[in-house]
Amino acid sequence: MSQNRREFLKKAGLGALAGLGAAAGLIPAFALEPTDSSSFTDAPVPGKVRWGMLIDTRKCLGNCTECIVRCHHDHNVPDFGKSKSEVKWIWKSGYEHAFPTASTQFQNPEVLERQVLTLCNHCAEPPCTKACPTEATFKRWDGIVSIDYHRCIGCRFCMAACPYGSRSFNWEDPRPKVKELSTAYPTRMRGVVEKCNFCSERLVKGELPACVVSCAENALTFGDLNKPDSEIRKMLAANETMQRKPELGTLPSVFYII
Amino acid sequence: MIEKALKGGRGYWTWVAILLVVIGLGVSAYARQMTLGLGVTGMGRDISWGVYIAQFTFLVGVAASAVMLVLPYYLHNQKAFSKIVIVGEFLAVSAALMCMLFILADMGRPDRVLNVLLYPSPHSMVFWDVMVLNGYLFLNLISGWAVLGAERKGVAPAPWVKALIYISIPWAFSIHTVTAFLFAGLPGRHLWLTAVLAPRFLASAFAAGTAILILITFILKKVAKFDAGPEARLKLSVLASYAGLANLFFLGTEFFTAFYSNIPAHMHSLQYLFFGLEGHAPLVPWMWFSLITGIISVGVLLSPPLRRKNGALIAACIGLVVSIWIDKGMGLVFGGFVPTPLEEIVDYMPTATEISVTLGIWAIGLLVLTMLLKTAIAVKTQE
Repeated sequence: MSQNRREFLKKAGLGALAGLGAAAGLIPAFALEPTDSSSFTDAPVPGKVRWGMLIDTRKCLGNCTECIVRCHHDHNVPDFGKSKSEVKWIWKSGYEHAFPTASTQFQNPEVLERQVLTLCNHCAEPPCTKACPTEATFKRWDGIVSIDYHRCIGCRFCMAACPYGSRSFNWEDPRPKVKELSTAYPTRMRGVVEKCNFCSERLVKGELPACVVSCAENALTFGDLNKPDSEIRKMLAANETMQRKPELGTLPSVFYII
Repeated sequence: MIEKALKGGRGYWTWVAILLVVIGLGVSAYARQMTLGLGVTGMGRDISWGVYIAQFTFLVGVAASAVMLVLPYYLHNQKAFSKIVIVGEFLAVSAALMCMLFILADMGRPDRVLNVLLYPSPHSMVFWDVMVLNGYLFLNLISGWAVLGAERKGVAPAPWVKALIYISIPWAFSIHTVTAFLFAGLPGRHLWLTAVLAPRFLASAFAAGTAILILITFILKKVAKFDAGPEARLKLSVLASYAGLANLFFLGTEFFTAFYSNIPAHMHSLQYLFFGLEGHAPLVPWMWFSLITGIISVGVLLSPPLRRKNGALIAACIGLVVSIWIDKGMGLVFGGFVPTPLEEIVDYMPTATEISVTLGIWAIGLLVLTMLLKTAIAVKTQE
């Protein structure tokens, strides 16, 4: 090989590496999407905030699906029309499906027939974040269990780890199956896991989650579980409540009044 | 040395050609999966792991079984294994390679596989599995290749090779233990949430893997005129019989814990697999076939007059492999997802695409194994 050709290959290789590095965001000056850190307020001290939700199943009756429709619209959740590849962030399950380990013997038949809202529990001890091999799913400073769609490798370990069936995988390209595109939240690509994010994109703007504001019956209460005088804490103290599968030690942040 | 794999008779090249055709079909099926997504598989929201992860689970055991030759040969000086230690090591290499390919085939974003190394997460068992699987592949490939190379030159292997071999012994246990921990650490999946899973994985691995080794010695005797000797086979069959017995015992303890405690969640998956649950029983005939075949095979292997007969030994080894393949390569993974966390029963059926990819990966593993063994035997017989 002549000296010139070797030199050329060397330079081409370096150039390609630099290009890759820039595209991957390794070199900040060349990053394709620079991050404007001034748009972030100071992150609160870890452990100080723990967002939680209380669902009053006595008020959440009938065939109303307003919260589901609103959530799925706002977050561009696709509708494949078949249960195998279904993607769902919030949905209704039968009482015995939502609480399979709660005793149902001699229970009031009306309760047994209730449809219970189910969603990601944003556990204080999430098994999914522990199982994730790339930290694509992680617990944020405010207790929200979040997913980085750009880092997820689609191994679905988190799905096997979640004891609540709250995670969905994009078995097919979701974009063509989004009925009406919303600009509030990005769409996802095929091959990644997704789930409810407690509307972290709304919380950052000081707004309540979409399901909470869309509920005409005010069945959903949202707030900081670590704040003793918050509305949710007052409600939890005043009512008998349940969490899903408490025996697993995951400490869900979603509570239910039956 | 690998050039020795490029010389062979008609039978050899026919076999290689068949494997290449199956690999070709697998590659085209994988291309379809890459284009359309994992939606082309039978997996879904509720049963999110299927035949890929099940094969991976089974093959980790096959890889680990190399230790059944390496340990007695290098630690206990069992000379009977001198001719076939290399077979075990190369079987481990091809099995570990298949494991990695199955994981890759199962990934939603295979283009991001390096994220596992870019963002190492020691809290995730997957991270450890990637570490131990890669390590085991290279330990066996390097040590096997170095010993073979030294043998070709008629010299003793370099001292560092021995160190690698000694490391590979506990490493073999680690690969299957970590794979069991992938499953055994998940709350709410009761079939897997059992402390006996890692011992069960090891026992089934040493039974099925050793049975495969015995079968390979018969195949090599027939097609390559390379005989490991009846003594080596007999010793292996004793190992396989005790491992098989331990495996059946562990399965029994699972039944006791679930059914004597009478806790529904612990019984459900076993009921689904062996008796059917709420009318869903697709795996029941398979599981009973697996159980009965396993018991008979272990029985044959345990009987000294029977295991000395080549016909009976071959049948028992095939029986043991099939039994454990059904148990681990199907039942354990599929059954773990049923019932779902919301107590619903969903059945899983692999699609043609999924089966083609699976066969393709098996063919890649067999091709690698064939070429490695061809080289090894050429060196040993000084062709």
